[in-house]
Amino acid sequence: MNLQESLEPRQIDFPAIKADGAVPQANTTELAKTIIEVDDVNFYYGDKHALKSINVTISEKKATAFIGPSGCGKTTLLRCLNRMNDLIVNTRVTGSINLDGKNINEPSTDVIQLRRRVGMIFQKWNPFPKSIYENVIYGLRIVGISNRHYLDEVVEKSLRRAALWDEVKDNLHKSAADMSGGQQQRLCIARAMAVEPEVLLMDEPCSALDPISTAKIEELIHELKETFTIVIVTHNMQQAARVSDYTAFFYLGELIEFGETGKLFTAPEKRQTEDYITGRFG
Amino acid sequence: MGETMTTEHTDKRYEEELTKLREEILYMGGLVEDQIQKAVKSLVDRDSDLCNIIIERDHEVNRLDVNIDELCIKLLALHQPAGRDLRFITTGLKITTDLERIGDMAVNICERALELNQEPQLKPYIDIPRMARISQRMIRESLDAFVREDTDLALKVCKDDDEVDNLNVQIFRETLTFMLENPQTISRATKISSISKYLERIADHATNIAEMVIFMVKGKSIRHMKELPPSV
Repeated sequence: MNLQESLEPRQIDFPAIKADGAVPQANTTELAKTIIEVDDVNFYYGDKHALKSINVTISEKKATAFIGPSGCGKTTLLRCLNRMNDLIVNTRVTGSINLDGKNINEPSTDVIQLRRRVGMIFQKWNPFPKSIYENVIYGLRIVGISNRHYLDEVVEKSLRRAALWDEVKDNLHKSAADMSGGQQQRLCIARAMAVEPEVLLMDEPCSALDPISTAKIEELIHELKETFTIVIVTHNMQQAARVSDYTAFFYLGELIEFGETGKLFTAPEKRQTEDYITGRFG
Repeated sequence: MGETMTTEHTDKRYEEELTKLREEILYMGGLVEDQIQKAVKSLVDRDSDLCNIIIERDHEVNRLDVNIDELCIKLLALHQPAGRDLRFITTGLKITTDLERIGDMAVNICERALELNQEPQLKPYIDIPRMARISQRMIRESLDAFVREDTDLALKVCKDDDEVDNLNVQIFRETLTFMLENPQTISRATKISSISKYLERIADHATNIAEMVIFMVKGKSIRHMKELPPSV
């Protein structure tokens, strides 16, 4: 940079000064559109009342984290969002969970279609004993899609989205079981994305991964938010703080506090939340 | 929940380090308060030896500033604090910066006092010790508010700042009158005016501390407001 350039005033868009001399406040984050609305949901495992009158809204293309100690109900609520709890006997749910305004707890809901719209990633990665390629397109195969050209495109797109493409593009027909744990988990994310869901539920997706793989998945969550809505359950509070826009804190089946992650981790409203996030949980 | 909850950390060593941080900040606050009191005493008593002791003792204030910063950074790095611990530690970082600046102001007062001691006294000091007493009290109360998490007391400190500001204006006018009447007094009058300004800055730093205490306890900032809220 020559002297003349260094003397040029920098072009910065300062906020306009109002007539009364007040400096305008920085833009507050605009309210995101709600995609899922949980309305007064109660859940029972037999006699055990696992979720108590939960009300929470999930915003579109944002990451929402559920935190809380073991047994607080966070995974139960996550599994309610695509009716995975239907698979457990002797359970009962009341209240409504509206996905784009339609209650998914209605008996008329097509659960297969619901789970296509609301995909899930589990704590322990679970690729099928097939090739990487076949794993990614499994969801498309079972609905009868067989156009090779289209499937190739989906495989590449999904693996790129899952930040796995560069690592596996030359080995697409090798067994998924030969990959590392972190790669297998990202393969599961690619498989979930191949069917173009709207929401991705993640149940402790990094709890069994090393720090580097964890960082890759967290980075991935940031990118996925551009396209999908993410709901993540995690025991790792720092992870919730890093990846989510909103955080819900649960305790003994109740939603104690729900709000913007930045606020919840610096100045929560409730004493119980404060005690939990500061590690004063006796 | 209440029954099973304790306010102690599950991590005892973390708890101990937070306690240590609180104690170090209080020790530094006490030392700085004493520096101000003695600096003004050295001015009033025209005691150059005391001035030199105060100037020398500023090294201790600086050492504490560095140590407390290190402790805060270590706590941030090792424990990833959140919630009120995070607010406490970041407040600690800011408070020590203010305390260190107050310490520097005490040194500035002593430097001016040493210069003033070379000449005959211009006038008896009445308002300067008054300002010093209020500023000192503000430091003490801001730190009491910090320890007791007392936002009412912190708000009082913010309000008291006006009193010191008014005294500063008054002293400036008075010294200006001296200078207009007799240019021979200019050198001394500007030094007295500077000392008044230092005390005014000290009160501002105490106000900063009090504002940080309100943030620490309530999680909301009252800084840079045109008018103070009646309560927080």
